[in-house]
Amino acid sequence: MASALINVPAKAKRGDIIEIKTLMSHIMETGYRHTATGEVVPRDIITSFACRYNGTEIFRADLFAAIAANPFITFFTTATASGKFEFEWIGDNGFSETASASITVE
Amino acid sequence: MGINHRMSRREFVGAGAAAVTALAFPLPAFAQAAARVVVIGGGFGGASCARALKQIEPKLQVTLVEPNRTFTACPFSNNVIAGLRSLEEQQFGYDKIAAGGVTVVAQAATAIDAKARTVGLADGTSLAYDRLVLSPGVDLRFEALPGYDEAAAAKMPHAWKAGEQTLLLRKQLEAMDDGGLVVIAVPANPFRCPPGPYERACLIAHYLKTKKPRSKLIILDAKDTFSKQRLFQNAWKELYPGMIEWVSLSQGGKVNSVDPATNTLITDFGNHTAQVANVIPPQRAGRIATIAGATDNTGWCAIDPVTFESKSAPNIHVIGDACIAGSMPKSAFSANSQAKACASAVATLIAGRTPEAPKLINTCYSLAAPGYGFSVAGVYQPKNGLFADVEGAGGVSPADVPRDFRAREADYANSWFATITAEVFG
Repeated sequence: MASALINVPAKAKRGDIIEIKTLMSHIMETGYRHTATGEVVPRDIITSFACRYNGTEIFRADLFAAIAANPFITFFTTATASGKFEFEWIGDNGFSETASASITVE
Repeated sequence: MGINHRMSRREFVGAGAAAVTALAFPLPAFAQAAARVVVIGGGFGGASCARALKQIEPKLQVTLVEPNRTFTACPFSNNVIAGLRSLEEQQFGYDKIAAGGVTVVAQAATAIDAKARTVGLADGTSLAYDRLVLSPGVDLRFEALPGYDEAAAAKMPHAWKAGEQTLLLRKQLEAMDDGGLVVIAVPANPFRCPPGPYERACLIAHYLKTKKPRSKLIILDAKDTFSKQRLFQNAWKELYPGMIEWVSLSQGGKVNSVDPATNTLITDFGNHTAQVANVIPPQRAGRIATIAGATDNTGWCAIDPVTFESKSAPNIHVIGDACIAGSMPKSAFSANSQAKACASAVATLIAGRTPEAPKLINTCYSLAAPGYGFSVAGVYQPKNGLFADVEGAGGVSPADVPRDFRAREADYANSWFATITAEVFG
């Protein structure tokens, strides 16, 4: 099962405000916890999320240790043209995931 | 005529004797004998409590207020849904409780005046009390799930209160074609019977595997973890491979709304159109608890875990699913444990003494199939205003055991149901 979930409307009218929802499965280990033997559990978080609409970045977020596991990010944009939304999550330990969805704008 | 005459003479003598006793012994003990306790709700909590009060202190005037003449038990009702048991086996009456000296009033409680200490009933009459025990169970929060209401529940049953809804879900499963999709929507915590949805998935899968093997079952869950999770997931793999799919919160499992016209459940990331949709909505304490002023902004009732007295409504005690009991799950066993401790605390308070902190037990059995059971047990005590687990007590059934171990636990589950229903209603 893919670890990314995205919800982009398949169709919209030009100029419509559309909601985009994303959810990335991730432990978001803060780096502030200790094991029973006192060792620090190393930090392992997503540090950045970005969305491009037909190649242009329309949304970006920096994520920090206080953000809960499985970050659910939702935002709005204006449907301007048919094409592709591309999503990218980057994090500690070389974490990198991408996803994409198409939209038809009439 | 002669008989009537004799009886009235005897009544006259009896009344005179009582009057003489009252004059001769005006002791506090007599005042205690007249103490009135009203218990609202005739489920596992309320019925247990009314009975226990009368057993602890036979002089108490105990009234049990419950509009239904027949109680339909939720534990084991998943077996009815799966066609393994009749609804009649889930049903119990109040005759034995009444025979034990409890006054059973078949009315709904509609009003509570905490200052005047009276309960208003649907027929317009009222009952006075010295202490009131509320065991109202849960109400379904229809407003918390857009698209879902009483009318929608007739199409997409919750079956989370046993009775007609249980039979409706059963009928829908019987009518479904082989190859159909069953979807169970599970709310976030807290709710009645935490392992219930997963046991239900197992037993529905048992029916499907036996009768409609091409069918599938999806659980859409607003949580990432659940009670006895490893045992359930192992059972799904072992007994129903490829049949049950669990979609957790982090996989987009939370149902945000439903469309009863198309039998569709809507999540943030997709729509699921089911042949049979079992929608278990979020819940809160039964409405009478709010009328009494005993609920907080969570919709549940904060209590003192020693006396079960409401933190916001004096002289009103709350037990069972409606109360906030910390680590104790909302189960029939918990309600029964709490009921007995509450009865003891109420009798102690009426006697003018201070109740001692109780230690309570809960065990929840689940069936993954006929003859395949497992359990979780806990011991609880008051800590920081809530019930907390007693460390090292209780536990969950082991994961890797032979099938005869599971068969024995299924037997224990049957014995548990027979024992608790005999204790409460028998």
